[in-house]
Amino acid sequence: MELLEQISISLQKGDHQKVYDLTKEAINNNLPPKEILDDGLLVGMNVISEKFRMHEIFLPHVLLAAKAMYAGLDQLKPLFIEGEMPNRGKVVIGTVHGDLHDIGKNLVGIMLKGAGFEVIDLGKNVPAENFVETAISEEADVIGMSTLLTTTVPVMKNVIELLKSKQPNGKVKTIIGGAPITGEVAMEMGATTYGYDAANAVERVKQLVGDR
Amino acid sequence: MRPKLKFLSEDLIRQIVDESVGILCKLGVELNNVEVLSMLSDYGAEVDIPNNHVTLKEDIIQKALDTSPKSFKLYDVSGVETNDFSGYKVHFTPGSAALNILDYHDNRIRKPLTSDYIKYAKLVNGLDHIKSQSTAIIPADVHDKISDSYRLFLSLLYGDKPVITGTFTIEAFEVMKNMQITVRGTEAELKEKPLTVFSACPTSPLKWSDVTSQNVVDCARYSIPVEFISMPLSGFIAPVTLTGTLVQHTAETLSGIVISQLTNPGAPMLYGGSPAIFDVRYETTPMGAIETMMIDCAYNEIGKYLGLPTQAYIALSDAKQLDAQAGLETGIGATLAALSGINSISGPGMLDFESCFSLEKLALDNEICGMTLRMLEGITPKEDFPTLPRLEELLQEGHLLISDHSMKYLNEEQYFPKPIIDRANRPRWIDEGSLTLGERAHRQVKESLDQYSSNSLSDDVKKELVRLMEKEAKKYGMDALPARDV
Repeated sequence: MELLEQISISLQKGDHQKVYDLTKEAINNNLPPKEILDDGLLVGMNVISEKFRMHEIFLPHVLLAAKAMYAGLDQLKPLFIEGEMPNRGKVVIGTVHGDLHDIGKNLVGIMLKGAGFEVIDLGKNVPAENFVETAISEEADVIGMSTLLTTTVPVMKNVIELLKSKQPNGKVKTIIGGAPITGEVAMEMGATTYGYDAANAVERVKQLVGDR
Repeated sequence: MRPKLKFLSEDLIRQIVDESVGILCKLGVELNNVEVLSMLSDYGAEVDIPNNHVTLKEDIIQKALDTSPKSFKLYDVSGVETNDFSGYKVHFTPGSAALNILDYHDNRIRKPLTSDYIKYAKLVNGLDHIKSQSTAIIPADVHDKISDSYRLFLSLLYGDKPVITGTFTIEAFEVMKNMQITVRGTEAELKEKPLTVFSACPTSPLKWSDVTSQNVVDCARYSIPVEFISMPLSGFIAPVTLTGTLVQHTAETLSGIVISQLTNPGAPMLYGGSPAIFDVRYETTPMGAIETMMIDCAYNEIGKYLGLPTQAYIALSDAKQLDAQAGLETGIGATLAALSGINSISGPGMLDFESCFSLEKLALDNEICGMTLRMLEGITPKEDFPTLPRLEELLQEGHLLISDHSMKYLNEEQYFPKPIIDRANRPRWIDEGSLTLGERAHRQVKESLDQYSSNSLSDDVKKELVRLMEKEAKKYGMDALPARDV
């Protein structure tokens, strides 16, 4: 079997040690880093993403695959010239001010990282200013907010309005989620989109940033 | 630790058994079969042939119990063991012999056809928690006189799992036995590896018809297992109290054990039944009544006390559709039966007082069975002492989703039902089409049928089965069997 195909298959199996070894071998064989990434690691990860989307595999398998992907990716990073390294996108996430329930938000963070996004997790009880300032200063693509409580839903609206006033061009998109959030709620407050669970949130964020 | 449930103290069981033995020795049973009466007479029972009556004796009953096997196994058509009826092991099998099928497309009942039976047999083949087929529906497109053998024929032609079945006539036994010998190869191999269990139903109170008593004798001669299906109805044709019903059930079942064991000591049997309370308001026999289920679990305890493997018609419902009642009665029944250790649990798929079968319900019930079987695994430590390192890992990593410990035990510790059981949050449920339980079950049925390829019998064996069935059908004026190309 071809080396890159072996990388893809080992990644799909979640075998991070094997992916690490094979990537090392590919580098030693002077295969171009972009080829190792595109035709090895990303091919495997795309299969995993599709299987996950079709509910053929579940959270743990995706996370194992993601761990394996990073075992390869971390070796490739230094080989890319600055700015050439493909970047899926940057997402600032947090549980909004007044709410300390962060399990769902954490799961979204884990899954976003697994899907190759750069995630800046602001934690819980995050004031509106923090979301907006971080997103602008870090040049993030998306702000993701979560809440479990109905009382803190309006806080999300504050973030969205603050973002509009600070950056009217709409460059930074917003996604919200949590028990009280529905499509209607998201639309009413002007969020770009919403996710009903971690897997769905990742799908929506992918749509927001487009293919890269 | 396997969780267990008990309704009866050992003292009460002894009292019930003693009382029922006393009844058999004083009142006896009506038995409408001269051959069986003569045999019992030979063993010292007091027989009144003109009045079709026999009064048993304590030593005869004891002799029969002494030779009753404590366990037996069933094997699929290829001879692979599937059911071990021993101890507290439980196996689910679909409910049996429904006159109607609930048609998914218009949600109405109708008479089942050959095509329905074939779909049923194919579906059962793919259900992992259903360990045997039953001849669950009675195809209405063949002559009445072959509707029993025809069910077994279709089950053997399309399914792999052993078959819980029975005859409606004395004559049908011959071809049903021959079909089994065809599958196994020889009579001895059939005896070695039983393929079917035949239901044998005494008539309450305390009666055996010519057909059913002969059937017990015929099965015993060939060591084909039987399950005794005594059906006392509390408050109507049995005492209203659950204890009184149990006494009557015990007496009727013991009389069956005597017929079997005197015919062939050691012939395999299940201590079974289908008792029910009688609901005087509706004049019905609710199988989903909690008292009915309690009687089932309790007679199973009596069966175990007497040293026999057990069976019951439980894990079914009296609902007319796949609704909340269908789920709750089936779920409660499956749970109680499993906790009680009823070895063969007959019920999944059945609705409407055992008169209506639903393929969608069978697919749903398979998931109920899966959950129940998980429950029986109990709670067992798996590298849980010490738990400290796990929590250290959790604090460091933020989650245990891909911890080695999680990956090792996830599928052992948690049973994941198919999507008939809705575990999506509401938005995802909406996103996936807002499907009702019935729609999800129907989708699952279709998927299972799509996955079916064929059973493992050779073409030669199948040809011989067809020949036997066609010959039997001709006896009753049917020149051809219904088409099977569905």
